[in-house]
Amino acid sequence: MTKNLRVKSSEYIDETNRISFKFNGKTYHGFKGDTLASALLANDVHLVGRSFKYHRPRGIMTSGSEEPNAIVQVNPDTNRTEPNVRATEIEIYEGLEASSQNCWPSVEFDIGGINNFLSPFFPAGFYYKTFMWPASFWKKYEFFIRHSAGLGKSPTSIDPDIYDHRNIHCDVLVVGAGISGILAAKNAAKNNFKTLLVDEKNELGGLTIFENNEFNKIDNKTPSEWLKKEIEELKNIKNLEIKTRTSVAAYHQYNYLLARENLTDHLEAKDKTNKIRQRLLKIRAKKVILATGAIERPLIFNNNDRPGIMLSSAIKKYSEFYGVACGSKNVFFTNNDSAYESAMSLYNKGINVEAIIDIREQSESKIVKKVKEAGIKIYWSHSIVDTTGYKRLNSVSIKKLSNDGTSVTGSKISISCDCLGVAGGWTPAVHLYTQSGSKLKFDEEKKVFLPNQNTSEQISVGSCGGDFKIDEIIKNLNQKLKDTLNINETDLDSIKVEIDQENSKRNIWLLPSDKPLGKTKPFVDYQNDATAKDIKLALREGFRSIEHVKRYTTTGMGTDQGKLGNMHALGIIADTAGVKMGELGTTTFRPPYTPLTFGTIVGRNVGKFFDIFRRTPMNDWHVENKAEFENVGQWKRAWYYPINGETMHQAVQRESKAARESAGILDASTLGKIDIQGSDASEFLNRVYTNAWSKLAIGKCRYGLMLNEDGMVYDDGVTTRLGENHYIMTTTTGGAANVLGKLEDYLQTEWPELDVYLTSVTDHYATASLCGPNSKKILKKIIPDLDLSDESFPHMSFKEAKIGNVQCRIMRISFTGEHSYEINVQASYGKDLWEKCMEAGQEFNITPYGTETMHLLRAEKGFIIVGQDTDGTMTPIDLQMDWIVSKKKYDFIGKRSLYRSDTMREDRKQLVGLLTDDPNIILEEGAQIVSKLNQNPVEMLGHVTSSYFSPNLKKSIALAVVRGGKDMMGKKLFVPMENKNINVTVANPVFYDEKNERLNA
Amino acid sequence: MFLINCPYCGERDQQEFKAGGEAHIERPKQPTELSDDEWAEYLFMRKNIKGVQFERWNHAHGCRKWFNMVRDTSNDEIKAIYKMGEKPPAQ
Repeated sequence: MTKNLRVKSSEYIDETNRISFKFNGKTYHGFKGDTLASALLANDVHLVGRSFKYHRPRGIMTSGSEEPNAIVQVNPDTNRTEPNVRATEIEIYEGLEASSQNCWPSVEFDIGGINNFLSPFFPAGFYYKTFMWPASFWKKYEFFIRHSAGLGKSPTSIDPDIYDHRNIHCDVLVVGAGISGILAAKNAAKNNFKTLLVDEKNELGGLTIFENNEFNKIDNKTPSEWLKKEIEELKNIKNLEIKTRTSVAAYHQYNYLLARENLTDHLEAKDKTNKIRQRLLKIRAKKVILATGAIERPLIFNNNDRPGIMLSSAIKKYSEFYGVACGSKNVFFTNNDSAYESAMSLYNKGINVEAIIDIREQSESKIVKKVKEAGIKIYWSHSIVDTTGYKRLNSVSIKKLSNDGTSVTGSKISISCDCLGVAGGWTPAVHLYTQSGSKLKFDEEKKVFLPNQNTSEQISVGSCGGDFKIDEIIKNLNQKLKDTLNINETDLDSIKVEIDQENSKRNIWLLPSDKPLGKTKPFVDYQNDATAKDIKLALREGFRSIEHVKRYTTTGMGTDQGKLGNMHALGIIADTAGVKMGELGTTTFRPPYTPLTFGTIVGRNVGKFFDIFRRTPMNDWHVENKAEFENVGQWKRAWYYPINGETMHQAVQRESKAARESAGILDASTLGKIDIQGSDASEFLNRVYTNAWSKLAIGKCRYGLMLNEDGMVYDDGVTTRLGENHYIMTTTTGGAANVLGKLEDYLQTEWPELDVYLTSVTDHYATASLCGPNSKKILKKIIPDLDLSDESFPHMSFKEAKIGNVQCRIMRISFTGEHSYEINVQASYGKDLWEKCMEAGQEFNITPYGTETMHLLRAEKGFIIVGQDTDGTMTPIDLQMDWIVSKKKYDFIGKRSLYRSDTMREDRKQLVGLLTDDPNIILEEGAQIVSKLNQNPVEMLGHVTSSYFSPNLKKSIALAVVRGGKDMMGKKLFVPMENKNINVTVANPVFYDEKNERLNA
Repeated sequence: MFLINCPYCGERDQQEFKAGGEAHIERPKQPTELSDDEWAEYLFMRKNIKGVQFERWNHAHGCRKWFNMVRDTSNDEIKAIYKMGEKPPAQ
C-alpha cells in the first residue's frame, strides 16, 4: 500500500478529475493538473531512473525543465513513444504510460548497478583510455558499450502525429511569464507594441505565483495574490498574444528565435488524433525581453544524488502548487535564506521538518526567526558529510564546518530523514542570452554570471538579469522598460514593495567530507555521473580550458546540458587551478535550450514533401507506361521503360538499338532554358562561351562550352539564334539555376554596360527529342507542310512551326549522333505533343527511351556529360575539345586561365576512350587505371568516368580521364579490381560513326 | 539568421540570399596582359578577416539583384548595404 502524500487541495490541481496512469507497468492515480513527477511523489515514488555511467538509483530532483534525473520513456512500445522526456514536464492524462530508462531488467533491480561498486575503475576518460588497445578490438567493445549504455529507445515506426511551422513577427517578444515577464508584457502591450509572451509551463506566474512568504508584500498583498490579479488583467489587453507550453529553444542573431509550442502532449490519445502535436514558431521580434528566471543550485557534497534529495525550491513548489509532500521527515541543507521559506511552507501545511543544516554562521532575517519560533532545529556552520539509503534517502550525517570551509571537525551527528531539500543559491538562466551572441560577466558578490549589457534590441530582466529580490526586480525592470521601449511611465511607478532582507550567502563550491575526496561521490553532473574528483583529475592530467574539461569529464553534456551543476564545475576548476571565475570564462550554451523532437524541426516536410521535386508535363505518360525514374537535380526523369519484366540492362540495350535502327523519343523538358534578349546579346554570348558567336545566322544553332574563370568546364548546351537580338540558351538539367545565377552575376557586376536581359523559361516549354533514321518521316506526319529537306532545314538549324494550332520551336540538333529533332511546345501541350509523336511513330516502332539510354548513345559518340566526365578540374583542352576554344577572341570567361602554367601541363588528366580487351567486360565507373601492376605504391593514372555495353557496336565502351592520355592512343593499361586485373586499350573517345554520316541519314 | 535589407525589396530573411564573397574585386579588363601571378591574385586571393569586411550578396530567391554589404564578421553586425556600382561608405 503506497502512502498518500496529498497535503491540501491546491487551486492548480483538480481533485474532482482523477486520472490513472502507468509507471513501469504499475497503475497509479493523480489529478488533472499534476505532472508525472508530482503524481509519482504523491504516491511516494522517488526512484524513477538510473544514472548513465554507474547506474545509481536516482529520483526526482527538480520541478522543471532543468531536471537531470527523472527522464523517462513515454508510451513505450507504441508509435508515439518518446525517450528522454522529463517527468517534471509531462502533464498526466488518462492512459499515460511511462517507464524508466537506462536500467535492465528494472529500475528496482538493475544489473548495471554493479558499475557503482566498480566505480573506482571508471574515472574520467575511462572509455578513451581503456578501449584504445588493440585498435582492431574497438568493434567488439563498441557492441557491449552500446548495449549497456543508452538513453531511452527511439521509435521504430512512423510518427502518426502532425507537426507544423509558423512565422511570427512582433514588436516585443517576452520570454518567460514569471513576475518580470508578465509586467514587461503588460506594459509593452499597453503602449501599443504588438507583444508575444511565451512560457514553457502550462500556467503563468513562474515561481512568484506560489510565493507566500508573509514578510514579502506587494501593495500590501502577498506576491502570489498580487500576481494573480495582474494575470487576470492580461486578458483584457489588446496587442498581447500569450502562448503557454511554449519553450524557446534557440535565440539567433537579429532577434530570430525558435520556439516549440506544445499542443497535444497533455491530451488523452483520443483527443490527439488529427491535431497538430507541436508547432515550431519562427519568431522575428523587434525587441526581445528575456525574463527566463533563475534555476536553484544544488550543493556539492558526498553522496548528494540519492532519491529523496531534491532542490529546496522544488519541494516548495510540490507542496504549494501541487499540494504534495515530498517526504514525511524533511531536512533542508542550505547556504542562504530560501530553504527557510520552503521549510515554513511545509510547516504551515503540517508537514514535518526535522532540521535545517546551514553552512553559514547565522542569519537574522525575519523568516529565519520564524523558523526558530516554529521550533525547527537549525544547525549553523554545519555541513553534510555523507548520506545513506540506496533506493531512498534514509539519513544524513553532519559535522561542524571549519571557519575556512575546507574541512569538518567534531563529532558526527546522524539525522534520520526521507527527503532532503538543498539550496545552494540561484543561477540566472542566461542560456538564451548567450545564444544570441552576447557576452557574460562574472559577479563576484552574487557568484553568478550575468548579462554584460542590455541593448536597444534585447534586455534581460528579473532574476535572469541578476535581480533576485522583488524590490530590485520591480525597480530595475521599470527603468529597463522605459529605456528600451522609450516610454515615460509604466504601471510599475506606483507599486509599493516590502521585503524581508536576507543576510549574505556563504558560497562553497565543493563541500568537504570527513573522508578524503577520492573516497567520496560528490556529483556535479547527475545525468552523466561526473563528480568533483573527475574534474580535479582532469586538471591534474593537464586539461586547462573549460571546454576541454567539459568534454573529458562529460560535465554538462547530458540532455539537461548541465543546468544544475555547471556553475559548480566552473567553481571547482577555478578553486583548484587558483584562478578567478571571471578569468575562466564559461562553457558555451548551445541551442536547443530543451530538446526538440525531430517532428517539430521538420514540420510538414515529411513524406512526399520531404524534398522538393519537379515533374515534366509528360510525367503522367511515363508513369502510365511503367517507366522507372531517376532523380536528376530536383527532377524526376524517366530512366528506362522496362517491358515484360526486362532488367535495366535489357531495357537499355533494346532502347539503344531502336533509337539507332528506327526511331526513339526522349523527354528532354528538364534541360535548362534561358531566354536571352537585348542589343548586346551576341556580345554577351561571345564573352560567356569559349567559341565565337557574332557570326551565327538567325535560325541557326550552335553548341557552346562555358568555363569558370579558373578555366574549368562549367556547363554546356546548344544555343539558338531566334532573332537579331534574341537567343534561347539550353543548359544541363542540373546546372540550369547556377548558370542563370552566374550569368546574372557577370551582367550585373562586371558588364553592367551590356544591354542584355535573361529570363528562365525552363518550366515554360516541354521538349520531345525525336531521333533515329525514321525521325524525319515521323515529323513529316505530324507537320505535313513543313519543309524538312536538308537544304531548307539542315543539321544545327531551327524552324518555327505549328502542330494544329499549337506554336512550336523545332531545332534539328542531336545528342545521339542520329538525325534528330528537338520539338518545344508550351508546357501545357507537352503530353499532347508526346502522344502525337507516339501515334505518328507507331508504324516505325518508335521507342521511348530514358536517361540511361541517352547516356549510352552519347557515350558511343564520345559526347561528354558535364559533371560525369568532368569534375571541375577539366579544361576543354583536357577534354580534347580544343576545336571549341576560339583563338581569335580577345577574352571570354576563363580564357586567361587556359594559359596558366598548370593548365598547360602536358601530363594533366585527359579524356580518352577505353576498350576492354575482352569486349564483354564492362568496366565499373570510378574504377582506377594503372600502367604497371605489382607496383608499390601503385601509381594511379586516372579513372573511368562513363562505361556501357554498346548494343550497336556489340562491345563494351568506356570514357576515362588518364594522365597524359592524349598521347597514349593504342597503349595497353590495366584496371585492377578486387579479384582480377582487366586489360584495356586507350582508344579514340568517338566509338561510333566517326564521320558523323548518320546526322543526315 | 540575418535580417538583410535588400536595397530593392526591403528587409528579408537570410535564407532568401546567397553570399558571394569579397566585394570590390574588379575583373581585369585585359586579362591577357597579366602575368600568371597577377591573374592568380585576381582569381584566388580573397581576404578572410575578423572585423569589418566588404561582401557581395545576391537576393537569389527574390529580385535576383546583386548588392554590396559591409559586415563585421566578429559579431555579424551588418553596418551598411549599398547597390552595385555605388561607392562604399566611409569607415
